Amino acid sequence: MLKIVNGAVYDPANNIDGEVRDVCIDDGKVVDSVEGGRTIDASGMIVMPGGVDMHAHIAGPKVNTARKMRPEDHRLDPVPRTSLTRSGVGKSVPSTFATGYRYAAMGYTTAFDAAVPPIAARHAHEEFSDIPVVDKGFFVLMGNNEYIMQQIAAGERGRMRDYVAWLLQATKGYAIKMVNPGGVEMWKSLGNTHTLDEEVVGFGVTPRGIIRSLAEAGMELHLPHPVHIHCNELGVAGNWETTLETMKTLDGVRGHLAHVQFHSYGGDPGGMFVSRVPELAEYVNTHPNLTVDVGQILFGDTTSMTGDGPLAHMLHQVTGRKWVNVDVENECGCGIVPIEYKDKSHMHTTQWAVGLEWYLMVNDPWRIALSTDHPNGASFVSYPQVIRLLMDREFRREAIKKVNPKAVAKTALPDLDREYSLFEIAIITRAAPARILGLKHKGHLGIGADADVTIYDKCDDAEKMFSVPRYVIKEGEVLVEDGSIRRETFGKTLYVAPVYDTAVEKDIREYFRKYYTIEFENYPVQLEHYLPRPREVATTGDS
Amino acid sequence: MQVDHVVCAFCGCVCDDISVTVEGDRITKAKNACVLGKSWFLSHGTPSDLPVARIEGKPVSLDRGIEEAARCLANARYPLIYGLSSTSCEAQRKAVALAEVLGGCIDCCTSVCHGPSGMALQGVGEPTCTLGEVKNRADLIIYWGSNPAESHPRHMARYAVTPKGMFVPDGRKGRTVVLIDVRRTPSARAADIFLQIKPGKDFEVLWALQALANGQKPDEISIENTGLTYEQLTGLADRMMHCKFGVIFVGQGLTQTRGKHFNTSAVFLLVRALNRHVKFALIPMRGHGNVTGIDNVLAWQTGYPFGVNFSLGYPRFNPGEYTVVDLLSRGEADAALVVAADPISSLPGKAARRLAEIPLVSLDTHDSETTRSARIAFTTSTAGIHAEGTVYRMDNIPIHLRKVMDSSYPSDEEVLDRLLAGVKELKAC
Repeated sequence: MLKIVNGAVYDPANNIDGEVRDVCIDDGKVVDSVEGGRTIDASGMIVMPGGVDMHAHIAGPKVNTARKMRPEDHRLDPVPRTSLTRSGVGKSVPSTFATGYRYAAMGYTTAFDAAVPPIAARHAHEEFSDIPVVDKGFFVLMGNNEYIMQQIAAGERGRMRDYVAWLLQATKGYAIKMVNPGGVEMWKSLGNTHTLDEEVVGFGVTPRGIIRSLAEAGMELHLPHPVHIHCNELGVAGNWETTLETMKTLDGVRGHLAHVQFHSYGGDPGGMFVSRVPELAEYVNTHPNLTVDVGQILFGDTTSMTGDGPLAHMLHQVTGRKWVNVDVENECGCGIVPIEYKDKSHMHTTQWAVGLEWYLMVNDPWRIALSTDHPNGASFVSYPQVIRLLMDREFRREAIKKVNPKAVAKTALPDLDREYSLFEIAIITRAAPARILGLKHKGHLGIGADADVTIYDKCDDAEKMFSVPRYVIKEGEVLVEDGSIRRETFGKTLYVAPVYDTAVEKDIREYFRKYYTIEFENYPVQLEHYLPRPREVATTGDS
Repeated sequence: MQVDHVVCAFCGCVCDDISVTVEGDRITKAKNACVLGKSWFLSHGTPSDLPVARIEGKPVSLDRGIEEAARCLANARYPLIYGLSSTSCEAQRKAVALAEVLGGCIDCCTSVCHGPSGMALQGVGEPTCTLGEVKNRADLIIYWGSNPAESHPRHMARYAVTPKGMFVPDGRKGRTVVLIDVRRTPSARAADIFLQIKPGKDFEVLWALQALANGQKPDEISIENTGLTYEQLTGLADRMMHCKFGVIFVGQGLTQTRGKHFNTSAVFLLVRALNRHVKFALIPMRGHGNVTGIDNVLAWQTGYPFGVNFSLGYPRFNPGEYTVVDLLSRGEADAALVVAADPISSLPGKAARRLAEIPLVSLDTHDSETTRSARIAFTTSTAGIHAEGTVYRMDNIPIHLRKVMDSSYPSDEEVLDRLLAGVKELKAC
């Protein structure tokens, strides 16, 4: 039992905006009242639900290959062991233990990996077992799945939907993820798709067809987070039109567009980027079926890792740096390249400004989540810096003075005076991502919510305040106190198990026999072995 | 009793279509397994009369063995943990935790097989794919410095050469197979083209091929004395640049011969250059059943894939310093724990001798030179026969091991977990 008293509570889902009130916790949940137990006096402090990261790359084969690839990065940021915690490394691709501790130390208690190849789902779960503190889950790559494309082309919509449900069950994943739908398949023979209406060679479908079909399947299966989309043409000048077309394709269904910053560029392919955020943000503002996360970039060296193989190859060609490509049978692919964002660069400055424009031009904070697409834009540990850029106009103006002046002058950023309030920050860092993910028990402090709570010392410097919370409480236990970890626990794995007609398995089994290299019977992840603390999220809700 | 879809954890192919017959207390059949797999199932599926624990060769209880082994490791100033390529990831995770608590070094068989491939990845990256991509798409298969017919007997039939795939509907007829090696191995019979390179000349050939792939014309003199003619070289480059999807399987003939990580970097760069023309990939021919797993476990827990040192309380990586052969040859470790490997019979003499000199704790399923030299030897059950667990195939695909029969021995994971608890108690942390 735990009682947090005298704190200014920011709980946007329950419309509480800085009101001083108590938060009572028992048995890992927020309750009405408690008798006895510890009391934390949060006088002068800010109380918020634990942060929710809805788009990061933290576990699985792609992340681990990036770890193997970057000893020079790890060397800069060793994480020593303590009597309570394991050692590791930090920087752009932290080891599993460091990942959990650093989320916790920043007041984040839930994080989702955004791109796991289904055949390697077991790997992501194994790493999850070594990521302490946070609750976690992952999205399952499906936008280039050959079985799905074949079913769409054959008009077998029901079978496709049953397969999607089977695949989510088999992987113990959380949502349908599309990465450059159709384009990654084309990359398997060095191609790519450039518009939504180009045919994916050999499969008789278009990216638009894949997006629409999977989005509808996500709705029909009542998934809490139906589809999570990394649009085609990431990082290419002129890609905003493809992004807009993707948004239009989602007419009437729910859809989340990931790291929109990377998808909002005008200009001619191969040329300079110009911002097209005004047009895209306006479309989002007027279409409540859509949500986005930003994928903010910050200046410095990081590691780009993506399910978008052709994109990584393009980055390799531009930067000349080391390059990993992995093509995964029947399902997807990935690419990894180190990258440094430079504040003198016209292109990187434009990207930086485009990200901030997104935050400042989407009117409804409930439909935009804070992300850096960790580690693609920057590490998740830099979220407090992003928060300060949003909350502090003067700080932002100073930052604008340090970047490429020509590039930033072409964007709307210098004219945007909006400042986020603490209430709005609480929305984009916890309440909104929880709601977008369909996690009813997270992102708020109402009765029955998970008792994941972060308490900050009030401070004018938002970056400082959000970097080192005073207390972090997970499932009702005080894990971080005065900036250091006091107990190591392991969070739960969130997954969905939508129902489907098992008749589809006969067809899938035959497909496995022909085209896979592992047995159908050995493919599904064993819940009891790989999810030490499983938590199924219902799919019968009102999504 | 027959158990189907059983996974063979012997080699890096990790075939998962084995039907195992258990009669009484032993495995009598392993259908679909190759000669190596069959031998693995039958020998590990036979009752053993080894004691669960021995100290100086004398049988003791498991508790007594754990107590003594924990003391031996906890008292060391620079303990080494080595092996781990033939056990489950679950056991490997415990081993890394133990190395960290001990403040010692942990290295795996990777450092004496594909460590140079890991270093090439760190240097230049790696264009690769899963084995199913090879099956479904590859029309040019190159084995370079590997002899799958003997080392990975089902590799050609199951993944790379004969299977029919989505875009290779004719199977073997739709593929060209090239074998490049310093001698004509039994694998040559399965190849369309065999190219014999002189020992130690792989780098020169790889570099010349890369030049051709980059549109340059290397001097004839650059491949002089490599064993290949200029026509053979340009013919091979031509084939590579004009296939639909090519793959090079990189063997120890490249990684463990003169040049080591220069050879692997050269082959990785060649494949990178070929991607200007066609889709091309490489896959290291990982040997032991879960050597790929220990690379992965080390990478996710420490950031580094092999040769990790915890002396300063955080992981450090430096091949040549923290790698087993170098470390032992310099006489550095003062105690060792060897898990599921036999370094005393496989490491170079100087390193093996050092290992035999120092207090040694071993975990293995059977007796070996190493277990016989160990001060404390534990007999453990076999992951994939007596215990469930996870292994990673050579292409990093994670596969769950089935349990087919009981064993009276504890698993590696169990013994390591108890050692970890024992060491923590002694070190009061």
